[in-house]
Amino acid sequence: MADVIKKATRESYGEALKELAEEYKDLVVLDADLAAATKTGIFKKAYPDRFFDCGIAEANMMGVAAGLATAGKIPFASTFAMFAAGRAFEIVRNSIGYPHLNVKIGATHAGISVGEDGATHQCNEDIALMRTIPGMTIINPCDDVEAKAAVRAALDFNGPVYMRFGRLAVPVINDAASYKFELGKGVTMKDGKDVTIVATGLMVNEALEAAKTLEAEGISARVVNIHTIKPLDKELICKCAKETGLIVTAEEHSIIGGLGSAVAEAVTECCPVKVVKIGVNDEFGHSGPAVELLKEFGLSAENIAKTVKEAVKNK
Amino acid sequence: MDAATKKKLQQIACKVRMGVIEGTYNAKSGHPGGSLSISDTLTYLYFNKMNVDPSKAEDPDRDRLVLSKGHTAPALYSVLAQKGYFSTEELKSLRHIGALLQGHPCIHIPGVDMSSGSLGQGISAAAGMALAGKINNKSYKVYAILGDGEIEEGQVWEAAMFSAHYKLDNLVAIVDNNGLQIDGPITEVCSPEPITDKFAAFGWHVITMDAHDFDSIDAAFAEAAKVTGKPVAIIQKSVKGKGVSFMENQVGWHGTAPNKEQYEQAMSELNAQLKELED
Repeated sequence: MADVIKKATRESYGEALKELAEEYKDLVVLDADLAAATKTGIFKKAYPDRFFDCGIAEANMMGVAAGLATAGKIPFASTFAMFAAGRAFEIVRNSIGYPHLNVKIGATHAGISVGEDGATHQCNEDIALMRTIPGMTIINPCDDVEAKAAVRAALDFNGPVYMRFGRLAVPVINDAASYKFELGKGVTMKDGKDVTIVATGLMVNEALEAAKTLEAEGISARVVNIHTIKPLDKELICKCAKETGLIVTAEEHSIIGGLGSAVAEAVTECCPVKVVKIGVNDEFGHSGPAVELLKEFGLSAENIAKTVKEAVKNK
Repeated sequence: MDAATKKKLQQIACKVRMGVIEGTYNAKSGHPGGSLSISDTLTYLYFNKMNVDPSKAEDPDRDRLVLSKGHTAPALYSVLAQKGYFSTEELKSLRHIGALLQGHPCIHIPGVDMSSGSLGQGISAAAGMALAGKINNKSYKVYAILGDGEIEEGQVWEAAMFSAHYKLDNLVAIVDNNGLQIDGPITEVCSPEPITDKFAAFGWHVITMDAHDFDSIDAAFAEAAKVTGKPVAIIQKSVKGKGVSFMENQVGWHGTAPNKEQYEQAMSELNAQLKELED
């Protein structure tokens, strides 16, 4: 078996911006003194005239992005999720969301896998915050291939898009040659009949690993990758609810307001089945190596398998 | 400025003020005080300065204006109506359900270049528009109007730093220095003074003007047009409630609509001013 290639989606973000710059002449990149970390530095090196550092001033950066968009530019406002969705929330809502401007927000270092920096920088609330803004599209890619495709999809879409990328290198699970990204469409990664694991971001790979374990123990788990959290592929979610009768969600985000909440909201309307949520519970994170933190907070294949087994037993 | 132009602008400004009173009276809410203090400046910009045309509202080469102090939308709407972006009749349904004219500026209203109203944000958007002008080699100017209370918002100074750093000499920020904010005089609430020194320290070219004297306004914008390499801040000394005797310099008229009696008195005063200008 070939070695698993690992790559952080923030790296994919920076590379995609550079790769797409020639094709999309209006693409410009903003950052708030984090170009080395968000990887927009890759773009900056190649296109210094189209890169604008806003300094440590995220509120202004979002406003500048809005102004650029009114004049036809396609700005990618880039910073950590904590500051993009957290600190600048109201600017994103009022200056980007309300006028529905064509601004792309590249939010890196999302979730608990920020690691050692600890709770202040581990944003587990961004999906919840962004979901409440009318007209906001939210994409949370699971690997390098999907992240790059998401950047292109965001460019082809006219309207505000929040893209969520990670710091931690994660396995590349999609095949670049055959992969097709469809905004707003979930992807069934593995079929199954007893339960559907609906996962997003780095939890998609964990869900696939969990499904293998479960298969060996006689549980047939379907795995659905939801890269676009808003608009949510309700049709697919409801189909899974009807066909498998049980859903377990998995996300590197608070269980309040994220994918789990979105899925639960959808199935209560179309096909009420039990939805068990795996995510960060109602608590702050803390410092530690990312991989250990993911395990500690239950964001692992082991915990998904354990949770699914219990849920299936009580089905 | 020649006498005929000046008189014409004074007449339009008077009609703009009537629109402010008409709008806030019919809305039974809104912000007349700060709308009246910027009426002359807005009139000057839309009728004597900016390259704008209601028949080409989306022209990429047009000048732009962001009303960062968005609560004074009645003045912007009134001047846009006078300019012909929409009928003055629309002012009567300001803030009503289903109306075109929202309580604060909305980008989907003809002539409005940016949604605004949450204070401190418009200046950043204006900086973004100015930056786009630089990137695209356009010669348009961007004007942003801020309140003197509004500049207490930290984002204003982020934008000030950014605009100077990127040498946005196509950006002119006008600070409406009427000295009053909701809770009282700005110097008593949480003073943003010295305003001119602050903008100068942030690397802006600073000009002061009398907001109710078209010669002073004309001189200020003529000076602003000559500045290169840095953004321009025009600190305009103004009177909150200007033009309506009982509203002038009264903090209570920040966000209160006139009742029927007050409406009639205000309109009668403004009609008298207009008549005098037309004689």
